[in-house]
Amino acid sequence: MTQLRAEDFTRIGLSEGEGEVLSGVSLTYLQDAWRRFQKNKVALAAMVLLILIVLFTVLAPVLSPYGFADQDLTCRNQTPSAAHWFGTDALGRDLFTRVAVGGRVSIAIGILGALIVAVVGCIYGGLAAYFGGQADMLMMRVVDILSSVPNLLLVILLSVVLNSSSIPTLLFAMTVTSWCPVARLVRAQMLQINRSEYVMAARVMGVSPLKIVVTHFIPNTISVIIVNVTFRIPGFIFNEAFLSYVGLGVAAPNTSWGALASAAQSSLLFYPYQMLFPALMIALTTLSFTLMGDGLRDALDPKMRR
Amino acid sequence: MWKYILKRVGYMALTLFTVVSITFLLIHSIPGDPFTSMVEDLPEESRQIYLEKYGYDQPLGVQYLKYLKQLLQGDLGASLRYPGRKVAEIVGEYAPVSASIGGTALVLGVALGLALGILAALYRDRWPDRVIMVVALLGTAIPTFVIAAVLQYALTVTWPLFPTTGYGTWKHMVLPVICMCVSPLATYARYMRSSVLDTANQDYILTAEAKGVSQFRIVTRHILRNAILPCITMICVSVAGIFSGSFIIEKIFAIPGLGKYFISAINDRDYSVVLGLNIVFTGLYIVSMLVSDILLMLVDPRLRLSNDK
Repeated sequence: MTQLRAEDFTRIGLSEGEGEVLSGVSLTYLQDAWRRFQKNKVALAAMVLLILIVLFTVLAPVLSPYGFADQDLTCRNQTPSAAHWFGTDALGRDLFTRVAVGGRVSIAIGILGALIVAVVGCIYGGLAAYFGGQADMLMMRVVDILSSVPNLLLVILLSVVLNSSSIPTLLFAMTVTSWCPVARLVRAQMLQINRSEYVMAARVMGVSPLKIVVTHFIPNTISVIIVNVTFRIPGFIFNEAFLSYVGLGVAAPNTSWGALASAAQSSLLFYPYQMLFPALMIALTTLSFTLMGDGLRDALDPKMRR
Repeated sequence: MWKYILKRVGYMALTLFTVVSITFLLIHSIPGDPFTSMVEDLPEESRQIYLEKYGYDQPLGVQYLKYLKQLLQGDLGASLRYPGRKVAEIVGEYAPVSASIGGTALVLGVALGLALGILAALYRDRWPDRVIMVVALLGTAIPTFVIAAVLQYALTVTWPLFPTTGYGTWKHMVLPVICMCVSPLATYARYMRSSVLDTANQDYILTAEAKGVSQFRIVTRHILRNAILPCITMICVSVAGIFSGSFIIEKIFAIPGLGKYFISAINDRDYSVVLGLNIVFTGLYIVSMLVSDILLMLVDPRLRLSNDK
């Protein structure tokens, strides 16, 4: 330890004005969240991986010399090579291109599904909380009934009835009851904020209702919703994979990761690589969304952190 | 408490009624009739005879009322595809198969999941926690059919230890049970971990510590007992699922269970069976939710008090 002498110290003194100055740069809510998110290396890596996967699904079909539905019967069931990075399938279609195109469908369904659920859930839950009383009671009973319907059964039934093969019908079938948990969440959150002291303080101070909604209700609810939506995306990707696997999902010539895995199932014992790539993509994507969701939850809502 | 249960049973009946009505309407809104899609070039006369036999020539309202009456008498309907096969018989024949595999998988998955979750929470942020959470994360991220495919490839082709598909001996059950217990294992491990951590932060744990209760007793008596409560709801819902089977696993391993039958009924467009099975599945699901609520109230006095108000 170095020796400290008296001349090493200088007297700074006290300045009256500085006592009132805030230390640190004032950050907005999003800046603060982003700063916390960046500290979570796992979540950051998951986000980078997701961006890479999205770039792959967007760019690969454009750059690839093969069309995703082009059949070439001279090179069927080829193992991965320089010409076909992921190999080819039973009809000689390039799997690299097909996995990328299938990824577009899978990811689009995941994100759109979660967005639809979030929007409908927000509107419904928000209205229920806003009206309160009898209307709230009635609306929440409807949610109770809808959410007691087994989700997967309804999806299967609806896809049979709608004779689904297009993506919009698939999305409709998957979102028709799954907005219920979001509606419950939003309503509970709204009611909780409404009871909180800071909203009461704002009211007492005469802040206009619109300003209270903008500064308190929306920021405090939106973080919960964003986190919830991120966790929901893997569920939609899984459900789509499941439906396609059972044969009720995306129909040819369109494809998705689930449909690709399903097609590879029959010849798995001979050509395992045909299953490997779509399965790997599903696993990586859902894993990334889950990890990113964890990071977002910690970043957006420090209260929920454990 | 009885008042609450009665109220819940009322809602349950309402839910079941809604589901039945919606399913009925959906099935009957499919354009055409089941017979034209079944046989090509069905003569118009025989089509008429079929329509009359099954009452499809009557207005929808009449058909609906008839169906409801039939349901209330406990008749779930019969197959259109294979005349004479009743839905109740189908359930009786295939549900036990699904339940034997699903049940084993669920018991294994839940037990292991809970144990791993507790372990992870107790070793929070140390290596056992890390390892368990990575495994659980992988378990939720990899689709079941991929696990099934890998296992089939590794344990039936590369090392032929188990039969690839089928049902009968215990050897047939090993692979499907492993596949089916992965997802509950991962889910329960994650859930139990956060539940234990939540409970450990409660004031009554602090009180127990302050009183000088031993660490072992705090964990077994105070933390675990309370942490396991929220899992009860999940377990009940999972139990409802085992009778309907796992559609994918049963299809991959060619297990003659209810899930596989349901999928083939859909592919056959055997609507009356789809309708009947759907009602059975929904009924099971709703009843299990009620059971879980009642169980929770029995074990947690706080809920009993708040519901009595």
